[in-house]
Amino acid sequence: MPEARGLRFEHVAISLGRARLIALDCTIGPGEVLTVMGPSGSGKSTLLAAITGTLDPVFAMTGRIRLDGRDLMRLPTEARRIGILFQDEYLFPHLSVGANLAFGLKPEVRGRAARRARIEAALAEVGLAGFAGRDPATLSGGQRARVALQRMLLAEPRALLLDEAFSKLDTGLRAQVRELVFDTARRRALPVLQVTHDHSDAAAAGGEVVVLG
Amino acid sequence: MRAAVSTAPPPRPARRVRLLPWAPLLTLAVMLGPVLAGLLGTLAPALGHMPALGGTGVSLAPFEQLFAWPGLPRAVALSLGVGFAATALSLALVTLICAGWAGTRTFGMIERLLSPLLSVPHAAAAFGLAFLIAPSGWIARALSPWASGWAQPPDLLILQDPAGLSLVFGLVTKEVPFLLLMTLAALTQVRPGQSLRVAQALGYARVSGWLKVIFPMIYRQIRLPVCAVLAFSMSVVDVAIILGPNTPPTLAVQVVRWMSDPDLAFRFQAAAGAVLQLGLVLLGLGLWRLMELAVARLGRLWIASGARGRRRGEQALRGGALVLGALAALAVIAGLAGQVVWSLAGLWQFPDFWPDAFTLRNWQRHGPRLSGPVTETLVIAGAATALALLLTLASLEAQHRHGLRPATRALWLLYLPLIVPQVAFLMGFQTLSIATGVDGGRAAVILAHLVFVLPYVFLSLSDPWRAWDGRQDTIARALGAGPDRVLWAVRLPMLLRPLLIAAAVGFAVSVGQYLPTLLVGAGRVATLTTEAVALAAGGDRRVIGVYALAQTAAAFAPFALAVLLPRVLWRNRKGMRDA
Repeated sequence: MPEARGLRFEHVAISLGRARLIALDCTIGPGEVLTVMGPSGSGKSTLLAAITGTLDPVFAMTGRIRLDGRDLMRLPTEARRIGILFQDEYLFPHLSVGANLAFGLKPEVRGRAARRARIEAALAEVGLAGFAGRDPATLSGGQRARVALQRMLLAEPRALLLDEAFSKLDTGLRAQVRELVFDTARRRALPVLQVTHDHSDAAAAGGEVVVLG
Repeated sequence: MRAAVSTAPPPRPARRVRLLPWAPLLTLAVMLGPVLAGLLGTLAPALGHMPALGGTGVSLAPFEQLFAWPGLPRAVALSLGVGFAATALSLALVTLICAGWAGTRTFGMIERLLSPLLSVPHAAAAFGLAFLIAPSGWIARALSPWASGWAQPPDLLILQDPAGLSLVFGLVTKEVPFLLLMTLAALTQVRPGQSLRVAQALGYARVSGWLKVIFPMIYRQIRLPVCAVLAFSMSVVDVAIILGPNTPPTLAVQVVRWMSDPDLAFRFQAAAGAVLQLGLVLLGLGLWRLMELAVARLGRLWIASGARGRRRGEQALRGGALVLGALAALAVIAGLAGQVVWSLAGLWQFPDFWPDAFTLRNWQRHGPRLSGPVTETLVIAGAATALALLLTLASLEAQHRHGLRPATRALWLLYLPLIVPQVAFLMGFQTLSIATGVDGGRAAVILAHLVFVLPYVFLSLSDPWRAWDGRQDTIARALGAGPDRVLWAVRLPMLLRPLLIAAAVGFAVSVGQYLPTLLVGAGRVATLTTEAVALAAGGDRRVIGVYALAQTAAAFAPFALAVLLPRVLWRNRKGMRDA
């Protein structure tokens, strides 16, 4: 069913009380990027929460969200296979870099050696070979962003959400990390939904842009 | 298509029996059940109904006997007076310290002193104070004979003075740290810095500005703790036995005396007294409410007057508050030092400031006898704390997973066990536990301690729990971790420090419990606290020193552990150090 691939919004509408915040009906195909822009309070984060399944019960949602044909609405967050990156990396501060990645790596990869090899490879892929034992609090901003990306990819998500993911990085680093993320998504054929208030993020993504509010 | 095949059905928690959503209700039942049942169990004998002692039907005889006791008016006046004086003084001191010093470096030092001071059990602090201010205490020794001319301990009733002044002072030394802690928690929510700066820019001096702008916001949040302090000070037993007057004692102490009387007929009178104590506390809370309204009215007039406050007067006020606060802290610290010295003292005659010799004999003689009470104390405190933590975490996690929102009124319920006087329901609880067959045992004592441990554990854990960034949860869930794994692998480790602090608070609360242990344990469960208070009448300072220090150590050690353990565990995790 090639037409079912990607992240599909079927007549999705989210409202708070009587105010309708979001109405969306579209499909983000594999490797495509949809950028959602709008001022704060326009419901960007609410949309992401609806996709991850963490929508506050004060919001009412109608319609359906499908990922590769699966109806997400009845699934708990952990079964949706949606990767998300926030503005802060949220590396777990009590775990080493390697343990953070191991948290993401799915349990089907068995055996300590095999798991460690996968983690080492993931670190090497982003130029952080040998960083497994490090305390995440000692990393630079760019390093943290790359670890967060790899941790998410090890969980093998089928779609990627970016919640202002680049807004804390300074200009040079920002372009670099952004390129890495979009390239990776394209290579792995992941549909991407990014929420941002920065036009350069939208331009770098190169996909369709929806403006809320 | 391979990817599509590997899509496993998600594990749904619905298949298991779902106990978690019931956790908040269970917690409330464990906490309030004994209070309400106990109140009924006290009311019945107060009205003459106690079949086990031959009382059936309803009669007012117990109250008639109570009112026939000649000491009653004085005991009632003492309870009210001590309660109001201790509460008003503590609140005034805490308010002035915050108004004068919040945000300064001095205030940082005060904050660091807080946890150790809080962990000292009430009885130990009271003994320490007694060692200082007694006619043969350290202060009299320091002044004798050169300044006072005393070669013998003077015949003065400083300790256990009939007006209850030393009792008030003893209560203030312990209630100031408690109220200060609650105020600090409120301050972090109110974020007073900007409002105060605005007031100062308008020409208000620091203390006046703080009192007019910040205090009204703060007081709203510390009202329940203030009520708890008032109720506690009016009905406290262990501190009143050590520092309070004897003839007559406060009402609560007299009720306990009647209850422990070998003549069981006094039980009815005791029950009537316990009910009267409850009425007194309710009356006290009502009067306090009236005072609140009056102060609020005066405060509004003062605010409307636009008075900016005089610098010089304010400096005196700031300085005075700091000196008094330091005095209260010093009393506890010097009192502990006094216990150390007494427990190690050989011969120590009156005007001498130091003993003739230091010896380990007291510890050698009484140390072996400590092991029983120490074990009992640790087992009871450990069990009560573990249960309290379990119930608290289950309730908080249930709120998180099932989107339950606690009503603001729920906070009142949490404070109920701290506001209802202990004598009023523990007596009934004891009667009921005899009826249900769990009387006099360790299990019943643990359940009784849980009533008091739970609110403190819940209060100290709920703020850090709710302050935890929910996006950590989203991230972990998006990485494929179910709610249980997020709880055990992410949330609890990240909240290790507040968890340990909450456990230490709960432990210290349990260690310090006197009345629940005495009454529910039917005098057969001996903890460090019951043993130490029982020694009060004997007045042997060497033994008291040994027991009070052991009690303090039992309460303090978990705090030390709660501070040290995260430092060791997270020594290589910079992000966990100032979290």
